[in-house]
Amino acid sequence: MLEVENLRVELTYSSADIVDEISFHIVAGEVLGLVGESGSGKSTIGLALLGHQRRGARVAGGEVRLEGDNILTWSPGRLRKLRGGVVSYVPQDPSASLNPALRIGKQLEETLEAHAYGGSSKARHDRIDEMMSEVLLPADREFLQRYPHQLSGGQLQRVALAMAFACRPKVIVLDEPTTALDVTTQSHVLGTVRDLCVAHGVAALYVTHDLAVVASVADRLAVMYAGRMVELGPKEQLFKSAAHPYTKRLIQAVPDISGRFELVGIPGRAPPPGHRPEGCFFAPRCEFADDKARREFPGVTHVSESHQVRCWHAEEVFAEAARARGLRKDGSGRDEQDKGLLAVRGLQAYYRSRHVLHDVNIEVWPRQCVAVVGESGSGKTTLARCVVGLHREFSGEVLLRSKALETSARSRDQQSRRQIQYIFQSPYSSLNPRKTIGQIIAQPLRLFSDLGRRDAEARTIEALERVSLSGAYLSRYPDQLSGGERQRVAIARALAAQPSLLVCDEVTSALDVSVQAAIVELLGELQRDLGLGLLFITHNLALIRTIAQEVAVMADGRIVEAGPVASVLDSPQADYTKKLLSDTPSLTTA
Amino acid sequence: MRQPAIESSDDRPVKTRWVPHGITWFILRRVLLGIATLFIISLIVFGATQALPGDAARAILGREATPQKLAAVRKQLNLNRPVTDQYREWLGGIVTGDFGRSLANQLPVSSFLGNRIVNSGFLVLLSAVISIPLSLLIGSLGALWRDRPFDTVTSIINLALAALPEFVIGVGLILLFATSVFQFLPAVSLISPDTPVWEELEFIVLPALTLILAVTPYISRIMRGSMIEVLESDYVEMARLKGLRERLVISRHALPNGIIPAIQVTALQLAYLAGGVVVIEFVFTFPGIGQALVDAVAKRDLPIIQSLSMLIAGVYVVLNLLADVATILISPRLRTSLR
Amino acid sequence: MTDQRTDVDGMSEAPVEPVSSPPPTRRSKRSPLAMTMARALRLGRTKVGLALVTVLVAVAAFGPLLAPESTTAFVGPPYQPPGEGAVMGTDFLGRDTLSRFLAGGRSVLILSLLATVLGLIAGVAIGLIAAYSRGSMDDVIMRSMDIVLAFPQIVFVLLLVSTIGPKLWLLVLTVAATHAPRVARLARGAALEVVERDFVKAAEVLGEPRWRILLSEILPNITSPLMVEASLRLTYSIGLVAAISFLGFGLQPPAADWGLMINENRVGLTVQPWPVALPTLAIALLTIGTNLIADGLARALIGVDRGTAEA
Repeated sequence: MLEVENLRVELTYSSADIVDEISFHIVAGEVLGLVGESGSGKSTIGLALLGHQRRGARVAGGEVRLEGDNILTWSPGRLRKLRGGVVSYVPQDPSASLNPALRIGKQLEETLEAHAYGGSSKARHDRIDEMMSEVLLPADREFLQRYPHQLSGGQLQRVALAMAFACRPKVIVLDEPTTALDVTTQSHVLGTVRDLCVAHGVAALYVTHDLAVVASVADRLAVMYAGRMVELGPKEQLFKSAAHPYTKRLIQAVPDISGRFELVGIPGRAPPPGHRPEGCFFAPRCEFADDKARREFPGVTHVSESHQVRCWHAEEVFAEAARARGLRKDGSGRDEQDKGLLAVRGLQAYYRSRHVLHDVNIEVWPRQCVAVVGESGSGKTTLARCVVGLHREFSGEVLLRSKALETSARSRDQQSRRQIQYIFQSPYSSLNPRKTIGQIIAQPLRLFSDLGRRDAEARTIEALERVSLSGAYLSRYPDQLSGGERQRVAIARALAAQPSLLVCDEVTSALDVSVQAAIVELLGELQRDLGLGLLFITHNLALIRTIAQEVAVMADGRIVEAGPVASVLDSPQADYTKKLLSDTPSLTTA
Repeated sequence: MRQPAIESSDDRPVKTRWVPHGITWFILRRVLLGIATLFIISLIVFGATQALPGDAARAILGREATPQKLAAVRKQLNLNRPVTDQYREWLGGIVTGDFGRSLANQLPVSSFLGNRIVNSGFLVLLSAVISIPLSLLIGSLGALWRDRPFDTVTSIINLALAALPEFVIGVGLILLFATSVFQFLPAVSLISPDTPVWEELEFIVLPALTLILAVTPYISRIMRGSMIEVLESDYVEMARLKGLRERLVISRHALPNGIIPAIQVTALQLAYLAGGVVVIEFVFTFPGIGQALVDAVAKRDLPIIQSLSMLIAGVYVVLNLLADVATILISPRLRTSLR
Repeated sequence: MTDQRTDVDGMSEAPVEPVSSPPPTRRSKRSPLAMTMARALRLGRTKVGLALVTVLVAVAAFGPLLAPESTTAFVGPPYQPPGEGAVMGTDFLGRDTLSRFLAGGRSVLILSLLATVLGLIAGVAIGLIAAYSRGSMDDVIMRSMDIVLAFPQIVFVLLLVSTIGPKLWLLVLTVAATHAPRVARLARGAALEVVERDFVKAAEVLGEPRWRILLSEILPNITSPLMVEASLRLTYSIGLVAAISFLGFGLQPPAADWGLMINENRVGLTVQPWPVALPTLAIALLTIGTNLIADGLARALIGVDRGTAEA
């Protein structure tokens, strides 16, 4: 039905390629998952299927054939009829992709009008009713009269789905449609997508960075790395035994909810357009790389009829991947002799006049990681901020080594401030862009110690090396670093204070999967080597298996269940925990 | 098997019935705020003119201060009473419509300024009616035809005009039209202050043109900027990806959102016109309140200065209020979130 | 209320990389400030603006030294067209136009620079404090700013001049006072966005004192919009100061001042345009120059914030 051959998209300005040599096909009723990390070019391919590119990019070669006809040669008028009518698009962020000043009923209608669907106003209204019920949304007048900001994220995404399927298209491109959604909502939406595709016989391209999500929705997978398609094949085969080192490493970097396998990151980062090396792009990070790989980009090898890969060592990789994944080492627990580090008792927190945390109790010991898990709005971030003194409206006790702490960080004494350090979610926002890395890491040194310049610099370099960065980073600015590197700098800054407790607030959520795993590895090391206590806030249930020993599950400002990770995840008691577990997508349960 | 959506965390209550209440309350609050602002402004105006230390009467009369004149001025302005009493008298007068008498010619301020206010109002209105649609159009076209000749040329002209002080534009126009190049428009208005200006329209052309040239660059730049932002937004891209005709994309998706920042700027510019009118009327000796204000300042005619300052500040406050209310009404998100 | 951000003209020169979420990393090693200035200087308009400003500042600064005659000497009959004895003719009293023109820029320049600097310092301080304090303190501060903003700048100046008289120090202070709330609004708007960012919170967690956070975390991150605003304010200062002199409330006769010259010689415009034309042209070119620089900086800023081009 849809065939792409040798597609090449370039940057208009520099002619550097974003993606090249892209070839694949999708048949009716099938979902092809297009997987890649940021910068891999996956969104670009998605847009190309609609004959569209963002400002600054243009198609420079190849064909996109819809039932044999190359749409890249079509006139703008024909393309306009194609979009929304024959090939539809579901955007990543529906709250930004719907006109905030137009009622959603109207926005649904105009898609149908633009393609003259139905032939009469009544026919179109009937179709809207039909679509809304298929996406499980009300179709009454009141609902359709709403504006986008009056709908939740999940509802908006369903409206986007309804718009996409409205004109009975043949192909649908879904661009990371569940990234902005809660796990629960996500699983609903994924289910809807699956059902709609099957029911309408649509060929779908599902673009995502989340392997676990794509495992539950796709039939075949295509893996993108640095603008090239490096592997393509049936989902089960890829998961069982990938033939490309990157795919294999990517799978190993995905947290596993069953907790059996260890989490391994991929060092280094993907080369952006214009900076790609001569030979295989993955060679600099690959354990199989040899001279041939470094000189020449691999051609296409067929592992089986439906499974193809671009790697000089495909057979080796294939054989090795068939063996079992490394089993996870047990995380270190606490030492019996350690005294308690952090104790939170009877915490009630408020935001303006709303009561957001209800009677929260948590304990963290040295050398122990306690994870706090919940969806957005559960209050987990508020808890973290109360502990560290950023959120002041609370009552109850926060005790550091049995000493009660003040509500505001500024009112706390120097020792208390030093011992609890905080790592923020977004590495793009937690480093001052006007300071050098050296200045950033030296800040706690200046506040908590009296070191002379040379000693301070030595300690800074020490902190950098502890997070696997070299002294060369001292004079660089944050925007010269990648996301993973920036997060490491944030950790180094925390370490420079020589804390006993690290509060990590969703520290991996803004990072690519492979980078995420590396950061988690690092935190585990620090916990063991430095005897740190960790309070790890996250929404990702699968991740906590790898890093935490105790877990507290939060919902609506309350702790609904707490205990050792193994027992809570293997035999959950609370209904909410059970639901959360069943909604979390996983590679193994797909 | 998929279950029907439980939607517990999904549903958000929609207060559609609260809308009228919320808006009226909001407007009421803004109006009260505006009145409070005017009150404080009156304090400043009064304080700056009559309440400063030193002998106001002597400062006003300067060298012409004979004992009789000093006494007369003091009596007229109540300068012998305590300051708070003076203020109350003055404020009371303003609120009831008695603005005092001009010190220079002893005419009641209201009748003296009456026709001038009409003249200035007409000038400002005429300029606004032409410049606002013109600049919205130029700005939108500049965004649509971005970086093409039309846009480049208008951007450069806007840049230059925005930089120039209004009197330079005015004098420049005079240099151009009334002297060497084209000699058909009068440089100086010879009409008497009591003739309504629309009876002698040729005298309004240059002042209006100056105002238009002074104001258009700002509004069109903001319009262009916001239209560009809107045209690059996700929802405009989505509209195109849905297959809508370009004309529909612009008219239904781009313009309504792009125009919102321009509304605020427009109100600000209108208010700015109220100030710009001062200098421009002086340049063209146009018989309006600007000219009157400058004359009054030169002669230290306090009642006129006070009344005109209050008037101009009042216009500013009202226009700001209208801008805020208009923005709320136009943006559905703000409209429905009012409680 | 309105936000007075400097308008976004949109970037037409650097490409927008169609890569999703994280901002692209940049390669250059220069500090962000140096990068902005370098990028601004590459634009044609900045260069033209800089050239204009340099020339006119030179004229204003060194003009008096180059004047052929004194500014008060009578060199011929009034309104004599250019010719012998007076290269650009004489003004309404018979003084040498060229000499008065060359001497007339200093006052405009110095007064407007002073007023701009004072207004900027006051405005930035107020805006920063308002943004960081938030809550009711912020409200109080900004409402008071709104009061001053209710006066068109020139009306405010006239109001104070009417009682105190045309003193130069008053001129500088009142113009600065009218700039301060506008700058404060901008500074507050820019600072509010920075205050929300995590690195400010990180400094709070560490226990940094408030003043230090304002100066070393927040202020350096608003320099970009401030630079643009500074050059815009300078443009408006020049206009205001010249306008006030034009109205007769600045330097008093027989001083040589561009604004004053334009007004003094208006009556004889049709006969001898030069005493009006020269200062008008000078003020026009000067303000256009500063505005071009402001615009160049604004454009360079957009690219830097997006992190697209290499420096």
